[in-house]
Amino acid sequence: MVEAITVKRRGALDHRLETINGVSLQPAKPARRVSLRAEPDGLAPLSKALGLDLPTKPKTSALADGRSALWLGPDEWLVIDESEDAEPLKDLAEVTVLHSAVDISHRNVAIIVSGSKAADVINAGCPQDLGLQAFPVGACSRTVLGKIEIVLLRTAPDTFRVECWRSFADYAFSYLSDAARGV
Amino acid sequence: MLLIHCPYCQEERPELEFRNGGEAHIARSRDIAAESDEAFEAFFFIRTNPKGLVYERWRHIHGCGRFFNAVRDSVTDKFLRVYKAGEPKPADVMKNLPEHSAWENIPPADQNVETPARDRVSTDGEA
Ligand SMILES: [Zn+2]
Repeated sequence: MVEAITVKRRGALDHRLETINGVSLQPAKPARRVSLRAEPDGLAPLSKALGLDLPTKPKTSALADGRSALWLGPDEWLVIDESEDAEPLKDLAEVTVLHSAVDISHRNVAIIVSGSKAADVINAGCPQDLGLQAFPVGACSRTVLGKIEIVLLRTAPDTFRVECWRSFADYAFSYLSDAARGV
Repeated sequence: MLLIHCPYCQEERPELEFRNGGEAHIARSRDIAAESDEAFEAFFFIRTNPKGLVYERWRHIHGCGRFFNAVRDSVTDKFLRVYKAGEPKPADVMKNLPEHSAWENIPPADQNVETPARDRVSTDGEA
């Protein structure tokens, strides 16, 4: 007799949710993520396949239909798509110009940090200027948070998305909640 | 914390995002097998390590990930110039320097300064 086995994927930050001093920390929804590398001649066809204009200006991102592309370097982007049936990798597979697209959906997890003091909380471990002038809505950057590397995206004046590697998720969440206690 | 201008990100970013990559403008031989032991040693191990202007590779490792070159003063730690990898060594860094610079790689004997005393006499009450 064969017993049915059900397997359930557990997120690294399941059931963690905190609001401290008006700053809320919550795990972001599961998302499709692609690490995309390409030379300038790939920009147009890749943008077309993704349905958004890949940003070429440092520290900027593009957003269309729930899909974002974050400029990480002169030839490197992080594509994040939270829609249920999104398949950015499939969309990119049609592009014939030389590029590299790697699915890193499960390498990263994200924490949404929001509240009027969200920037202060992140600044507890991130040395970048997060004032609205230096880091406006839509700005994104690979940077550091305490001892780990993160990708930071400002989605609203008081909301940030902190992307980190899955194995660092616990550290990042605890770091941010400790920081929130101090603001 | 130092702020270092990244030529790719086109802005100053905190030094925690960067990693030093050693001396810049060291060309690898196109035919490394034909190098003499002495030439290989010089290429592989010997660095100028001057007191003053140093030409270094830096990597914006926790940012755009790119290597670039920088001219830094090893005395003051001040970054005088940054430029993209592959661009030639800037020839004019020595110009436009502030007047009273210790950066000009002048041998100590040629500088009109007194040699600092090596032994300090400790005084009571001093930590
Ligand atoms: Zn950079």
